[in-house]
Amino acid sequence: MILSFSSCKKEVKEEKTEPETDNLIVVGFSQLGAESDWRAANTESMKSVFTEKNGYRLIFDDAQQKQANQITSVRNFIQQEVDYIVIAPVTEKGWDTVLKEAKDANIPVIIVDRRVDVSDESLFTCWVGSDFELEGKKMAEWLYRFTAEHDIAPEDVHIANIQGTIGATAQIGRTNGLRWAVEEYGFDLLAEVPGEFTKARGYEAMESLLADYPDINVVYCENDNEAFGAIEACEAVGRIVGTDIQNGEIMILSFDGVKEEALTDVLEGKIACIGECNPLHGPRVESLIARLEADQSISKYTYVDEEIFSADESIESLLIDNTVYNVIRLTPEYVEERMELFNVGSYTNTNQSQDAY
Amino acid sequence: MKKKLMNMSDTNLLLTITIVVFVVMYLCAIIFEGKGFLKPQTFFNILNANAALIILSCGLSLVMITGSIDISVGGITALVSMCCAVYLDYHGGSVFGSVMIALGIGLAFGLFQGLLIAYLDIQPFIVTLAGMFFARGMTTIVHTNPFNVENEAFVALKETRIIVPGMGSYNKNGTYVNAYVEIGVIVALLVVAIMFVLLRKTRQGRAFYAVGGNGQSALMLGINVKRTKFIAHLICGILAGIGGYVYFLHVGSGAASHASGAEMNAIASSIIGGTMLTGGVGNIIGTLFGVLSLSTIQNIVSSAGLDQAWWTGITIAAMLCLFLVIQSVVMARKKKMTKK
Repeated sequence: MILSFSSCKKEVKEEKTEPETDNLIVVGFSQLGAESDWRAANTESMKSVFTEKNGYRLIFDDAQQKQANQITSVRNFIQQEVDYIVIAPVTEKGWDTVLKEAKDANIPVIIVDRRVDVSDESLFTCWVGSDFELEGKKMAEWLYRFTAEHDIAPEDVHIANIQGTIGATAQIGRTNGLRWAVEEYGFDLLAEVPGEFTKARGYEAMESLLADYPDINVVYCENDNEAFGAIEACEAVGRIVGTDIQNGEIMILSFDGVKEEALTDVLEGKIACIGECNPLHGPRVESLIARLEADQSISKYTYVDEEIFSADESIESLLIDNTVYNVIRLTPEYVEERMELFNVGSYTNTNQSQDAY
Repeated sequence: MKKKLMNMSDTNLLLTITIVVFVVMYLCAIIFEGKGFLKPQTFFNILNANAALIILSCGLSLVMITGSIDISVGGITALVSMCCAVYLDYHGGSVFGSVMIALGIGLAFGLFQGLLIAYLDIQPFIVTLAGMFFARGMTTIVHTNPFNVENEAFVALKETRIIVPGMGSYNKNGTYVNAYVEIGVIVALLVVAIMFVLLRKTRQGRAFYAVGGNGQSALMLGINVKRTKFIAHLICGILAGIGGYVYFLHVGSGAASHASGAEMNAIASSIIGGTMLTGGVGNIIGTLFGVLSLSTIQNIVSSAGLDQAWWTGITIAAMLCLFLVIQSVVMARKKKMTKK
């Protein structure tokens, strides 16, 4: 009985292995979780690129915010002998051992989004992600140019920074970008308070900032969700959000630009300026893998291109470290176009179902 | 064949089912997921990642055999991880000290919960529910944010690998990679062995089965029912402490969300392993295979790239149902046959 059972299974195996021998490149992707709209767009971007049509087989694993899960799934990928491992790490530390195992198994590892802090840089092949400090610098530069244009002295610009989750790569970079400008131009930085990248904490932080610093006129939020909270808190006490800071309005600056609401807020003048954080890493990673497959050289660190959005037309471009960055003037058409870019597959569906509720 | 089936005790029968299902499942994994599962290291990885769960499940099987339940073990694991992490990194503690802390926490929970359940006769579910909330709450009070431990001695211990001879495999370059297990696996297997001997070969072990099977008869046989229940919970608490440390040794970090749902996984493993919630039936070897079955399912789901994490949950639910149905069908058939 048992004998016949196992022999019949073996036949199934032979049939099964045939289609797998075709030349699909197997990519194992360990995503840290699904906590935000940005993350959802990031996952969707990877899934839409690594399809069988493009010659790939993607093994996706959601680690639910736990490094232990990520390490387990990377070990799984190693045992399955995938061709490439892509990791969006949840934390920067604690990767040495498992990356060493991947290296021993001769599987290239591509890190996306957040970085890894390892003793030996050769443990991973390359990294793709955002230059968060540049995002911050661009935003601060825009603020400097805007206030100069409106004859506001830097010392009259009273800024409060609602920070992201302390220690996250995005928080560190964006905070450093602002600090650079404070040093360079002499803005008045009133306070730095944590907002944990959420609307609720953004609201609380703004509430207490308004009570503590009556002269506050610029709020630098480190993501859109915090900005939504800050706007609500301002409106709750009757303060107007806008760019006319000489006449008592409060200027909101923000980052990400993934959600439609954020861009609409820019059009309505509630958010003065948004620094884009591009979640579409899929095509970048794909082109790196294509280069590796063709034995071409790749650079260790690749930054994705990121724009800066504003509805204000007075500033057209920014000059930072000898590079010119154009400021995109947001129009309803542009917002529509951009949203279509993100409207791929299930990402749209989740958005729609949220709206329906 | 029929005679053999009849001669088997309930415990052994369920154990056989568990082992057969595990072997069939692993064969299926090899067939459908291919070469990855053929490598011994895949199996060792499952052991490495689930050593803590094996220990926690041993504790749960024990209290379930005694007819009780403990849902605080996941919380204790998180508390142990966080306390040890804080002690090692913020107070310059030693590895030995951290092991003592882990054992101390487990012992304290076991003592207190055991006293309440056995001698004050409070429902075990309620007591350990409170224990779970307390442990989770305390974890956040000890330290809020998750962090990785950097204590050198500890990291060295965490990275220690025990090479399993002759089980390695060749990588794509043709280099031989040794197969290994972590220290936690050795601890877990030791715990399994000790618990097996305790339950099978000692007077105390038989007392656990007797109390779980029928408390009244046990009392009449002269078994101290309260003391037996107390000891079961005490051991379960200590095992939660040990399991917590093994978990900590595997992840190397402290976080309030650590081991969330571990108590439920431990209960599920025990049930898959043939332990009955009603008490009196169960086997530690079955529990070991229960954990292996559960984690093999998780491994298959993630290897198949079924991206949504809830797939794991759904498969485990289906598997639990399957096991319970098999258990009750087989038991019913056996009863029928014995009558004839």
